[in-house]
Amino acid sequence: MSEIDPETSAPESPEEAAQSGTLAASIALKQRAGGLVVPVLTALLAFMIGGLVVLATGHNPLLAYRDIFNGAGLNWVFHPTTSVVNTSAYNLSQTLLQTTTLILCGLAVAFAFRCGMFNIGGQGQYFVGLYVANWLGVSFAGMSPLPHILLAVGGATLAGALWAGIAGFLKATVGAHEVISTIMLNWIAIWLGEWLFGDGGPLQNTANKTVPISGDVADSAKLPVFWGEKELQGLHVGFFVAIAALVVFWAILNRTTLGYEVRAVGFNPEAAAYGGINVPKNLMRAMAISGAFAGLAGGLDMLGYLYHFGVSDIPANSVGFLGIAVALLGRNTAVGTGLGALLFGALLFGTTHGLSSNVIAPELAGNLTYIIQGLIVLFVGADVLILYIWNTRRKLKPRARARATEAAA
Amino acid sequence: MSEWAGRLDNPLSARLRDPGFTGYAGLVLGVFAAFLAIPPIEARTTTWPIVVGIVAVALGIWTVTRGRQRLGWGAVVSGLLGIGLGILATRSGTSNLEAVFNASLVAQTFAFSTPLVFGAIAGMFSERSGVVNIGLEGMMLMGAFWGVYGADKGGSWVVGLIVGMATGGVLALVYAYFAIHLRADQIVGGTAVNFLALGITGYFFFQLYHGQYVRTGVSTIPNVNIPFVKDWKFLGPAVGGLNLMIWLSFVLVIVSYVVLFKTPIGLRIRACGEHPRAADTVGINVYLVRYGAVVLSGLLAAAGGVYLSDGFAGGTFNDNMTEGRGFIALAAMIFGNWRPAGAFGAAVLFGLSSAVALRLQVYSASASTLFNVLPYVLTLIAVAGVIGRTVAPAADGKPYVRQ
Repeated sequence: MSEIDPETSAPESPEEAAQSGTLAASIALKQRAGGLVVPVLTALLAFMIGGLVVLATGHNPLLAYRDIFNGAGLNWVFHPTTSVVNTSAYNLSQTLLQTTTLILCGLAVAFAFRCGMFNIGGQGQYFVGLYVANWLGVSFAGMSPLPHILLAVGGATLAGALWAGIAGFLKATVGAHEVISTIMLNWIAIWLGEWLFGDGGPLQNTANKTVPISGDVADSAKLPVFWGEKELQGLHVGFFVAIAALVVFWAILNRTTLGYEVRAVGFNPEAAAYGGINVPKNLMRAMAISGAFAGLAGGLDMLGYLYHFGVSDIPANSVGFLGIAVALLGRNTAVGTGLGALLFGALLFGTTHGLSSNVIAPELAGNLTYIIQGLIVLFVGADVLILYIWNTRRKLKPRARARATEAAA
Repeated sequence: MSEWAGRLDNPLSARLRDPGFTGYAGLVLGVFAAFLAIPPIEARTTTWPIVVGIVAVALGIWTVTRGRQRLGWGAVVSGLLGIGLGILATRSGTSNLEAVFNASLVAQTFAFSTPLVFGAIAGMFSERSGVVNIGLEGMMLMGAFWGVYGADKGGSWVVGLIVGMATGGVLALVYAYFAIHLRADQIVGGTAVNFLALGITGYFFFQLYHGQYVRTGVSTIPNVNIPFVKDWKFLGPAVGGLNLMIWLSFVLVIVSYVVLFKTPIGLRIRACGEHPRAADTVGINVYLVRYGAVVLSGLLAAAGGVYLSDGFAGGTFNDNMTEGRGFIALAAMIFGNWRPAGAFGAAVLFGLSSAVALRLQVYSASASTLFNVLPYVLTLIAVAGVIGRTVAPAADGKPYVRQ
C-alpha cells in the first residue's frame, strides 16, 4: 500500500507509468522499512531550520526550544502529578486538549488521502461541526445530559460529513477537483460563521446584541472533564473519543470492505473500477467519512471547552490546516497521526498560552510554529528528498561498516 | 461534434452565426438591467430594468435553442436577476442607494480587485506552465510585509516594491525547486508555502516592529491624478485618482495576454502545461520554462501584496494581512478559465462584491456577508460546471520526469 497520493503522481504515458510505478513502489517499500526514520528526520530538519531563524534574530534556539518544551507541559514526565495546580500538569492537559482536536483533523486529511484525494477543507468541516454543535448545544437546553451530548456531537459529525460530502459529490459526479472545491467550502464556512454569530445573526447570543459572539452551550451538553476543572478549560472525555477514532480509522481502512475499496480507489482508480469497485461511490464515501472526523473535532471542541464562539475567533483558528501537517507527518497512518497530533498539539500550546520565557516572546514562538509547520509539510511532500535521505543513509552504512572493519584490522 | 465540424468547414461564417455572441450579450444586458436602477443612471421607474431584462432573457432563450445551453440559461438567469435587483433598487431610498452605489464604488472596486488581478495573473502563468500554485496567498503575504519593510528602510516605495517582489520570487523559487526538481506534490508544497509565509511574516513583523504599526510616513505607492479627468462629473472620482498599481494591473492583463498567446515564450509556457513530453521533444527546456513561470508567478503575486500593504493600506502591515485574497485570486483565475481577460473580469467582479460588502456593512451585516461569500460560491458553481465548464491545462499539477 503506497502512502503517496496516487492521483497527483498519476502517470501520463505507459513509460512513465512503469517509471513512477517503481518509484511509488520503492517509496512504499522504504517507508515500511524505514518506519519512523523519515518523519523523524523531517521533523528534526524543520526544527533545525526553525532554530536557525531564532538564532539569526538574536535568541538562543536551544533555550527557546527548552521553554517551548516546558510550555507544552512535556516536562511533566519528570515529575508526574495529576493535580493541575502544578504548572507542567496543567500545561500538559492543555497540550492534550489541542492534541484531541488535531488527531481528528489529521484523520480527516489522512482518510481522504488514502482514497487518493487531498482534503484541504478540514478547516471548513471543523467550523461547520463547531457551528452545529453550538446550535444544538444552546437550544434543547432542557434535555438530559447524555442524549443532549450525543445529539450535539452527532449533529456536528453529520454536518462535517455533509460539508465534505459536497466536495465528494462534485468530484464523483462532474469531476470538480476536490482541492478547489474544499478551499472554496472553507471560505464559505468562514463567512457562514461571520453571519451566524455576527450582529443580528441567528446564532448570536441573546444577552448582548452588540457583541458578535454565540450563546453559551447549555450545561447539559457540556462534556465531562476528567483532568482539571471545567471552568479552567480542563481535559474533557473527547480525548478518549479521539483515541478511539484512531482505532476506528485503522479498523475501517484495514479490516472492512469499505476500507479495502477506499484504498483500492486511492491506489489506482482505474484498476479499482476494472475490479468492480464503484469509484464515484467510494470517492463520496471517503470524503464524507473524512469530513465526519473534522466535524467531530469541531463538535468536541465546542462541547468540551470552548462553549461559545465569536466572530473574532474565526480567523485565529487554523487547526483544520494544522491537520494537513499532522496527517502528512504521520504518513496517513493511525499511529503516525496520533504522534503527529501530539507534536503539533505541544507546539500549538507550548508556543502560545503555555509559554513563559525570557528567551522568546509568545508572539515570535507562535509564528515559529507556523514556520516549522510549513517546513515539515514542505519536506514531507518531497518524495525525492526522502528517497535521497534514505539512500545516503544506506550508502553511509556500508561505509561506516567498512571503516569499522578497517579500524578493527 | 457536428457543430465543430461545421465550424471547421467555414470558420468565418460559423463565427458570425455563433450563438455565443447572443448569449454573452444577454449576460451583459442582464447586468445592465440591474445597473440601470442605481447611480449614476438611477432610473426611478421599474420599466427600464424590466424591459432590458426581458431582452436579456429573450437573447438567452434564443441562445439555448441554438445549442449553447449553459450560456443561454446563464443569460436567462442574468436577465431575471437583473429585473429583480432593478425592482428592489427602485424600491429602496435614493440616499441609501447613493451611499452604496456612487462613483467611488468604481474606484474602490478597482482597489479591491488589483491584488486579485496580480494574484490571478500570477497563478495563471504558473498553472499554464503546468505547476499548480496554491501558494499564491503566501507569496502575496511575503510581498505585503517585505514591501512595506523595504519602503520603510529603503525610504522609497520603489525599493519597497523591488524588495517585496524579490521575497515573493525567492519563496516561489523554493517552491519551484520542490515542485519541479524534487517532484513534491504541488498541492502539499503550495500549502507549505502558505504556512511558511504566514510564519515568516508574522515572526519578522514582531521581531522588527514588535507587532505594532509600521511608523507613519512610510513612502507609499502614489496615486495617478489625471489633470482633466479629475474634474469630470462621474469619471473624476471614479478613475481620476487611481493608484499607480491599479493602472499597472490593467497593463499587466494586456501584456500577459500578448505574452501568453502571441509570443514564442507564451507558446512554450502553454506547451509545457499541456504536453510537457511533446514540448521536451521539440527542444523546449521544460524545467527551465516551469522555473521561470513559477518565479514570475511569485514576483507578480508579491507585487499584488506590496500594493495591498504599501498602496491600499497606506503603508501598514498586520498579521495575515492578505486574509485569503490569494485564494480569491486563485478562484478568479479558475473562474476566468486560466485566461488573462477572464481572470481580470472575475477579479473585478470579486472586487466589486468586496467593495459592495464593505459599504453594505452599515445597513445590513447579513447582506454584506452575502457579498463577501459570493466569489467562493460562484467559483464553486463554476468548477461544478453549471455555468460553462472550466478547463485546466492538461498537465497542470503533474511533475515532469525528463527522460
